[in-house]
Parts: sequence; C-alpha cells; structure tokens
Amino acid sequence: MEPGENEVWTLAEQREGKLKPISYELLAWGRSLADKLNVPLASLVIGNGISQDALESLIHGGADRVYSIQHPLLTHFICESYARVLQHLIQEHHPAVLLGGATTTGRTLLPYVAIKVHTGLTADCTGLDIEPGTGNLLQTRPAIGGNILATIKTPNHRPQMATIRPRSKQPLCPDPSRAGVIESIIVQEEWLDNRVQFLGRDPLGEEGDGLEGSDIVVSGGKGLRKGENFSLIRGLAQELRAAVGASREAVDRGWISYPHQVGLSGKTIAPKLYIAIGISGSIQHLAGIKSSEQIAAVNLDPNAPIFQVADFGIVGDLFQVVPRIRDRIRKYRLEKQKEDPAYGCT
Amino acid sequence: MHIVVPIKQVPDTARVKLDPVTGTMIRSEADAVMNPLDLYAVETALRLKEQYGGWITVLSMGPKSAARSIKEDLAMGCDEGILLSDKAFAGSDTWATSYTLSTVIRQSLSFDLIIAGERATDGDTGQVGPGIAAWLDIPVATYVSRILSFDGNRIEVARLTEDGYERLSVPLPSVLTVVKEIAVPRLPTLRGILKARSLEIAVRGKADYPFQDEYLGLQGSPTRVVKIETPLISRKGAVVTIKTEEDLSQAAEEFVRFLSQKGLI
Ligand SMILES: Cc1cc2nc3c(=O)[nH]c(=O)nc-3n(C[C@H](O)[C@H](O)[C@H](O)COP(=O)(O)OP(=O)(O)OC[C@H]3O[C@@H](n4cnc5c(N)ncnc54)[C@H](O)[C@@H]3O)c2cc1C
Ligand SMILES: Nc1ncnc2c1ncn2[C@@H]1O[C@H](COP(=O)(O)O)[C@@H](O)[C@H]1O
Repeated sequence: MEPGENEVWTLAEQREGKLKPISYELLAWGRSLADKLNVPLASLVIGNGISQDALESLIHGGADRVYSIQHPLLTHFICESYARVLQHLIQEHHPAVLLGGATTTGRTLLPYVAIKVHTGLTADCTGLDIEPGTGNLLQTRPAIGGNILATIKTPNHRPQMATIRPRSKQPLCPDPSRAGVIESIIVQEEWLDNRVQFLGRDPLGEEGDGLEGSDIVVSGGKGLRKGENFSLIRGLAQELRAAVGASREAVDRGWISYPHQVGLSGKTIAPKLYIAIGISGSIQHLAGIKSSEQIAAVNLDPNAPIFQVADFGIVGDLFQVVPRIRDRIRKYRLEKQKEDPAYGCT
Repeated sequence: MHIVVPIKQVPDTARVKLDPVTGTMIRSEADAVMNPLDLYAVETALRLKEQYGGWITVLSMGPKSAARSIKEDLAMGCDEGILLSDKAFAGSDTWATSYTLSTVIRQSLSFDLIIAGERATDGDTGQVGPGIAAWLDIPVATYVSRILSFDGNRIEVARLTEDGYERLSVPLPSVLTVVKEIAVPRLPTLRGILKARSLEIAVRGKADYPFQDEYLGLQGSPTRVVKIETPLISRKGAVVTIKTEEDLSQAAEEFVRFLSQKGLI
C-alpha cells in the first residue's frame, strides 16, 4: 500500500497559527474509525507559522501521521487555495475518509473539494461508524431542524467526506508518548490561487464569541420584555462563567446582536448546560440546542414546550427567579472558597 | 450586472408541530414554502441592483409547485424566473444539485454574481453554494454578513465566522452565500405582485441543457440515505413550580444542587 492509501484523514483547523479544539475532536472520531478499519490516521494542517509543538500535539491527540502544509499565502483561510491543496493531496494519496469540522471553514472548503474530486459529502454529522463487512463510513446527522436523524453512506466514491459538528465528541487525553511522523509538504506555486484577497479580521466583541465553545450557555427570550433586562442574563452568565445566547424574538427586537442567536437560523450549539430563560422552546429554537448535555429552563408557563426537553425546569417569574439563583450560586462559590481557597481558580 | 439567485422550496418548519405525548414531529401540517434563508439572498441581490443597476434571475430546481416561491421573488422585484423540474432531477444530493444548477448557469446565463442562501432549512447542509462555485471554478465567499464596497470588478465583503468578521476582496464573477444579518427582506408591493402575475416562469427539463445524464438525480448522487429515525426529544426532568416565597428559595437550592451534581459549578 502507498503511504496515505486508504488512510483516515482529519483536517485540523487553525487561526493565526493556533490549532482549534475541533482539530482534536476530529482526531478522536478518526482514531476510532481508523482502529476499526485497521489503517493509519493522519491529520492535515494547512496554514503558516504553525509550531513544531502544535504539530506534535496532533500526534499526542491520536494521529499517526501529520501532513504539514505551510506557506505565507496559506496564512488565512482562502477557500480556492486550500481546496487546491486538498485536491492535490487526495489525488496523490487516495485516503478512504476525510473529516472536517462543521465550522464556517469546513462547511465552505469541503463542499468545494467534494465537487473537485467527485465524491459525496455529508454535512454536520453527530455520529460516525464503520459498517461491518463493507467498511463503509456510516454518517449520522440531524435534518429538518433536528426533527429526524438520517444515516448516510457514500458507497462508491472515495474519499468518503463528512463535516462533523463541533463538540460532538471529547478529544482524547493527550498522550505525549505516542509516536508518529510529521511530513512537510512542499507547496507548489500552482496550488495558490490569488483571486480572493484577505483584508483583515474584526473581533465580534461582547460575549458573542465563544458561544459555540462554551461549556455553559445562558439564553434569554421574549419573556425578558425589553433589551435592558438582558443584564439579568449577562449577570447570571458571568456568575456561571457562561456565554450569552438569545432566541430569535430577542434578536429581532434588537435586544442583542445576531451572532448570539441560537436555533435553526442562528447557531447550533452543544454545551454541557443550556439555560433557557423566558424562551418558549419553539421547534426552531430547539433545533439549535438538542445536542446539549443538560437543559434547564425558567418560564412562567408550565405548558411551554421548553419543559418537554428540560432536565431541570423552574415554572416561575424570571424577574424573581434569576436574581435569586444568581445569589445562591454566588453564595455557594463563597462557601466553597472558604473550604478550599483553590476552588474556582483556573 | 446580472445576478443569479438560486432558491429552494422546503417544508414549512414553522408549521411543524411536535406531538406532546411522543415528542415526534407531526408532519401533515407542514406546507411547502421558499427556504426562509433564501429571502436574504434575494434581498441582497435587490439592493445591489438598486444601487448599481442590473437584472436578477431566480433559479430553482424542484417540483412544479416551486413556481409559487419564484413568483414571490418576482413580486419582491426580481426580473426573471427559471424552474428546473424533471423526473430526472429527483433524488439529487448536493453534488448533483450543484451540478445541475451550475450547468444551467454556465449554459444559458451570462452572470456576474451568484447569491445563495446560507443553507436550506430542510437539508441544512449549506453545500450547494460552494458546490456551484467549484463547478464553475469561480471564487466563493460564504456566511457574508455585509457588502462593504463594489467597484464593478471586485466586491468587498465581511463574512461572519466563529472568531469574528473576516473581510475579503472577491473578484467577479463569484458566488456569495449570505447570512440573516445582511439585510431585512422587504415585503412584496402590490405593484410587484401584479407584475409577477403577468410574468411567465420558464419551466425547463433535462432535454433543455447539455447535461451528462449520469450526473443527474439519484443516479448522479454519490451519497445515499440508508436510515431515517425520528428521535424522541422529550427528557422530562424535574420541574419546580413557584407559588410562594418559600418555593423560590427551594428552587434556587435545588438548582444549585443540580449544578453541583453535574459538575457545572
Ligand atoms: C424559518 C424560521 C427560522 C427560525 N429560526 C429561529 C432561530 O434560529 N432561533 C429562535 O430562537 N427562533 C427561531 N425562529 C422563531 C421561533 O419560531 C420562535 O418565534 C422564537 O423562538 C420564539 O422566541 P421566544 O421563545 O423568545 O419567544 P416566545 O415564544 O414569545 O416565548 C416567550 C416565553 O417567555 C415566557 N415568559 C414571559 N414572561 C415571563 C416571565 N416574567 N418569566 C418567565 N417566563 C416568561 C412565556 O411564557 C413564553 O414561553 C424561527 C422561525 C422560523 C419560521
Ligand atoms: N434545489 C435547489 N434549487 C435552487 N437552489 C438551491 C437548491 N438547493 C439548494 N439551493 C441553494 O443553495 C443554498 C444552500 O442549500 P443547501 O446546500 O441545500 O443547504 C440554498 O439556500 C439555495 O440558495
């Protein structure tokens, strides 16, 4: 077998030379697939100025091989150039599987590549497995606003490509004793496409960033009645070191900006805990939170659909409940700190 | 400037109801509507046309009933509609869909910009926009939340990513996919509705374009759906109801216990 032939590949993601958590989550998925198929697992990194330590961290995170593709003109994600790099490597090495993140990068790059190499691509998967007997990749994903789960195969085309929803799997525990190979790929001039120019990046501001990466998300909805009352949500979020989300009703009323919107036409998130406050739990809102590990809700209406999916529900007036639970949490932290001065220091 | 807006007709998820007992979707109430996220693409095209002049063609692949969605876009101010409807297109995945749409665009439409929705709310893939760009071998900018400038040859856009807004300068012709933040879609005017009524929507099929048959429909689709499940979403956890001041303290107490049990504080 040629090196690369039939391998499982994952696409690491970086911003300004730093690898993002999805890179390691993909390796955790890839490792279990590669072990079932009994083939090596490789991680591809496209970018510039990525340190040796960062490349090795991918081996510690489960990769047998790392393809490092670095060039000043690959510093920022430019779909056309990244796609040519991938197209070239796929056509040279013939991997069996290629996984990317269901991120704004993965969901742009992989569809472009899938056309170029003539193969199928399944979007936004939350589960992956290998079909016994055929060795085909089984790709499971929510569809129609999370109302159904579909399992999809790519029986006759290679590689089998999928984008994987962030936080759908824990990364492996880094193992510094793992051995692997780092292979630097010499970037050919013709892979670089200079049609699109990267001009710059402006941060989101507020707590909008991190909504997808946060362990806890506190969201507010129309029940807040006006924009100023979002301070209640922010206050609770601060106490819980959580990010702030919102329903579409809250965003449409201008109480908070669109990057905070959770749901079908906003973000899909899967935190450890989602707290919905003054949110009814419409099917479109639920579409964005169904993969959360725990859901808590505060709502006046005992029949609000959000209670159907809640692990912990409080039927009551948010204007009373939110300040109260915030105080109680603060008290809990203070007590803990008295017992153990190191508590909460991260 | 000629702008092509591909739009899709989807089941109306707003009218989908959950069965309160089983937690599964009650489908019968779902009606077909234009993909709501495509309204933002139409609005973006209309604003560009208003500012710089041009012509907007709406293109959809789907059942004959999708003509109704195209009419809505004409009523908003788009100029022309093409509906691709043929048994041969049935069962297309995003690979075959982007092949079909891009073949029509390449063959029959001189175009400067293609503006697609971020994703369709049924399939929810967002793959067709970048797919069309790949077929036509032109650049793509996805998740565009703002048009910053346009000089006839290049368009500057901001795209919304996990880490903030990225500014790109993109040459024409190219594909943009837009997010909701970009603009508030207008309502059709009475004049628009009347005009749309008088406009003919061209319905075309396999025979009208030089397709490679083996790339069309289910046959041309590399992916296969092998199983569909309706997950139960009901969790039915503990619910505390607050009637008195005491209940309030109790609820706070139990909530903190819940948090600490789950290792969240
Ligand atoms: C195509 C499409 C896409 C959509 N995408 C999204 C999306 O991405 N995200 C999204 O969120 N929505 C989306 N929606 C909108 C969705 O259908 C709902 O309209 C929206 O989620 C409702 O927001 P809400 O829960 O804040 O408001 P409401 O449904 O009005 O609920 C407010 C809740 O607050 C409670 N309340 C009021 N006062 C208090 C109080 N004092 N204390 C406690 N509770 C109180 C009420 O009992 C009620 O349950 C979409 C709709 C469509 C058609
Ligand atoms: N059948 C179709 N006909 C026309 N446009 C489509 C079709 N399917 C998808 N699109 C376009 O591609 C975008 C993304 O769709 P999807 O990749 O299916 O999530 C949509 O918002 C439309 O702009």
